[in-house]
Amino acid sequence: MQIHKHEAIIVGAGGAGLMAALYASKGGTDVAVVSKLYPTRSHTGAAQGGISAALGNLDDDAPIYHAYDTVKGGDYLTDQNAAMVLADNAIDAVIELEHMGLPFDRTPDGKISQRRFGGHTSNFGESLVRRACHAADRTGHMILQTLYQQCIKQKVNFFDEFQVVDLIINKDKCVGVVAVDIGTGEFHIYHGKAVLFASGGWGRCWEVTSNAHSLTGDGAAVVLRKGIPLQDMEFYQFHPTGIYRMGILITEGVRGEGGVLLNSRGERFMERYAPSVKDLASRDVVSRAIYDEVEAGRGIKGNNYVHLDIRPSTVNRFFAEEGRPESDYIDDAYVEKKLPDILDFCRTYLGVDPVKEPMPVQPTAHYGMGGIPTNIDAEVVTDENWAVYPGLYAAGETACVSVHGANRLGTNALLELVVFGRRGGMKIAEDVKQMEWTDLPSDAGKAMESEFKRIRTSKGKTKSHELRQKMQNMMMRKVGVYRTEETLSEAVEELKEMKQLYYTDLTIDDEGSIFNTDLMEAWELGCLLDLAEVTAVSALNRTESRGGHSRDDYKKRDDENWLVHTLVHSDSGDVQNPNYQINIKKKVDLSLAEKDDKFIPKERVY
Amino acid sequence: MATVTIKIKRQNPEISGKDKPYWEEFTLKDVDPTDRLLEMLHRIKWEQDGTLTLRRSCAHGVCGSDAMRINGVNALACKVLMQDVGETIMVEPILGLPIVKDLVVDMEPFFDHYKAVMPFFVNDDPVPENGRERLQSIEDRESFDDTTKCILCACCTTSCPSFWANGKYVGPAAIVQAHRFIFDTRDKASQERMDALAEPNGVWRCRTIYNCTPACPRDIQVTKAIGEVKLAIRRGSPTGIIKAIG
Ligand SMILES: Cc1cc2nc3c(=O)[nH]c(=O)nc-3n(C[C@H](O)[C@H](O)[C@H](O)COP(=O)(O)OP(=O)(O)OC[C@H]3O[C@@H](n4cnc5c(N)ncnc54)[C@H](O)[C@@H]3O)c2cc1C
Ligand code: FES
Repeated sequence: MQIHKHEAIIVGAGGAGLMAALYASKGGTDVAVVSKLYPTRSHTGAAQGGISAALGNLDDDAPIYHAYDTVKGGDYLTDQNAAMVLADNAIDAVIELEHMGLPFDRTPDGKISQRRFGGHTSNFGESLVRRACHAADRTGHMILQTLYQQCIKQKVNFFDEFQVVDLIINKDKCVGVVAVDIGTGEFHIYHGKAVLFASGGWGRCWEVTSNAHSLTGDGAAVVLRKGIPLQDMEFYQFHPTGIYRMGILITEGVRGEGGVLLNSRGERFMERYAPSVKDLASRDVVSRAIYDEVEAGRGIKGNNYVHLDIRPSTVNRFFAEEGRPESDYIDDAYVEKKLPDILDFCRTYLGVDPVKEPMPVQPTAHYGMGGIPTNIDAEVVTDENWAVYPGLYAAGETACVSVHGANRLGTNALLELVVFGRRGGMKIAEDVKQMEWTDLPSDAGKAMESEFKRIRTSKGKTKSHELRQKMQNMMMRKVGVYRTEETLSEAVEELKEMKQLYYTDLTIDDEGSIFNTDLMEAWELGCLLDLAEVTAVSALNRTESRGGHSRDDYKKRDDENWLVHTLVHSDSGDVQNPNYQINIKKKVDLSLAEKDDKFIPKERVY
Repeated sequence: MATVTIKIKRQNPEISGKDKPYWEEFTLKDVDPTDRLLEMLHRIKWEQDGTLTLRRSCAHGVCGSDAMRINGVNALACKVLMQDVGETIMVEPILGLPIVKDLVVDMEPFFDHYKAVMPFFVNDDPVPENGRERLQSIEDRESFDDTTKCILCACCTTSCPSFWANGKYVGPAAIVQAHRFIFDTRDKASQERMDALAEPNGVWRCRTIYNCTPACPRDIQVTKAIGEVKLAIRRGSPTGIIKAIG
């Protein structure tokens, strides 16, 4: 087994990983970025709508308003100290992206252009604010490209198409990772002082999803399997507007530019669910509204979708009703300019031209609010006392800081990547200077070699694809927008059975070493099953409804008992037979509420 | 369209008898006109032959993983609908890069060319005193908008006969990347990039064959961008080449 030694090992090359790598490297650290995809293939590149920062380029804005929206959007499960850091650091972070060359759209006076997005308001909910900085509808693409470019400039070491499959621990410290070189099938050891996971989300647990095939939650699963807890896994966001049946995302930026949701009667139904901000209420609210409209028989042509309409005639009609000035009115050319990729997706995949026809949309699995628990410097923490796990860090979607609480606001994820990626990189640069090297354990990588041998030579009857589809379909029905004790208990049972099959009855076609994606997909399925299971287990335990977690049998939010984070870990030490324990002693940080009544949890109305 | 035949050019260096390129035919039933070719390749992999090997990630044309030659033309498999390719479809790896296995090619030479054009923003001037963004007019921003869309999928470069003939040619994708910076009014390294591209394996290897432009899944006007870079090099400066577009 080849051993590589670098002070910091960054797992993942999306926005979070690249930002961390850049900052650790600028701080003098010898960094290796290990990524299963070429960096520019990371799903950060799919992000469309924008990245928020209270620049105030077009409307009155301030970080404290941004923090308020983030806390409220998170249905008060957001850690308030972290939300304030996010909102405060946002301005510097976005300005810095511009200084790195990111081609933001511009205002007439040459500043970064900003647009409206769900749940982002001025003056503590008074009115919608233009806060989302954007480059057309490919903001994530531009962030990913810019950060990769800067990493090339900075001469960061990249190990592309190396898939991390295990964490190496010695003397209760994280000392490296095990990775498979996808091109050759060989195992490599990365020995480091600091390991940062930035491996993205796990949207592929569900059937209809905006997430790439590669988003299988590997990093979170690897950490969980070491007995380290994951936090708030029951909070998974369904984005209201995925393309019907395909799940491809239609950015909230469409509604930010004036687009509206309509049911089969042509009603703008969000007026009933969120009278003040309507279509730009937070995502959990809009997704439930679509679900309820469909349940009430008002889906389009009796199907489970509604229409999203950005035709200028429709948008301008509602602008007129709202009394907006004519200068706000839009035309076809404006839509083409601001939403080119969205138009392209709809024209390519649906044969629908959004400037002429409305788009068919349904909620799509989108974003994990939970993940590997960290503090505001990206250090992994393992309990209610915020005990730091030495040498282990996490940032981006795979981490849970928690700035998103029970529901993430649009544009806050890209922001989280750059803010906490940067903080993590800086912290690592500082920490590795003081840390001594800890040896690798003598058996490093051995367990994984035999696990891969098991999968590669398994001769059962179940194809990984069949099992994956079964899981995705089940998760959609039982751990979706709405849940109950019954559906969740069934989910937990069914996942146990699926895992049984996974460990005893798998079959694989490709027994080779070179670029064996059959094998890698099977391994990834194991990650998805583990994450699906802790999601269901955590959701079953939380007997309230909050943000993205809606229990039909416990419809109310319960602040008396549940202003706490869920920490779930396995204490069995056996990957195949985990024994999950739930700890609900970690209280939500309410430090802003202590100084300002506006931050005290209250009912969330939009 | 219910049943289609997909012929795939395959190669597996680990299996004797399959270590040279060969064609294999697969039949798929119940195909919808609006199914993506990528889904069909997945169906083959998942239902019929797990050894079929390809790269893919986003499945909607933004990550650049699944460039391949489809009925003789480069495209992303996830952006090709079955209704547009007929009932017998030929799928091959992109040309001009070494084959690793089946539809997977070695992308390293491609990324080396990319890195050769200084694909990163350079401006060491002090940032504005107020600590805020550098200003840029809407028109100046617009002048390089098209080339910011590139996803490095290699569809253009591997459709270029000049690149097939000489793998040392940096290729259209690298020039597109250079264009994105050369025409960015905020950038200060245009001259170095233009110098790099004026070398024998730079822009002058482009014979304006025009394969690259229709191959681009992001609809970038690749040939036009290359032309603008050529002109900038001839004139010794990028200024004034792209007229402000309204
Ligand atoms: C379609 C879409 C649109 C979105 N739009 C917006 C938006 O407009 N605004 C916003 O704020 N947010 C948006 N989001 C959310 C946001 O884009 C993501 O949460 C964010 O980009 C995740 O970034 P990341 O760096 O954590 O991970 P990713 O960008 O997903 O990168 C993960 C990285 O980890 C690597 N990796 C994974 N597993 C392994 C392994 N086992 N070994 C080695 N490497 C591994 C991958 O190769 C990849 O490089 C959107 C999300 C989607 C899906
Ligand atoms: S899979 Fe991403 S471009 Fe096709």
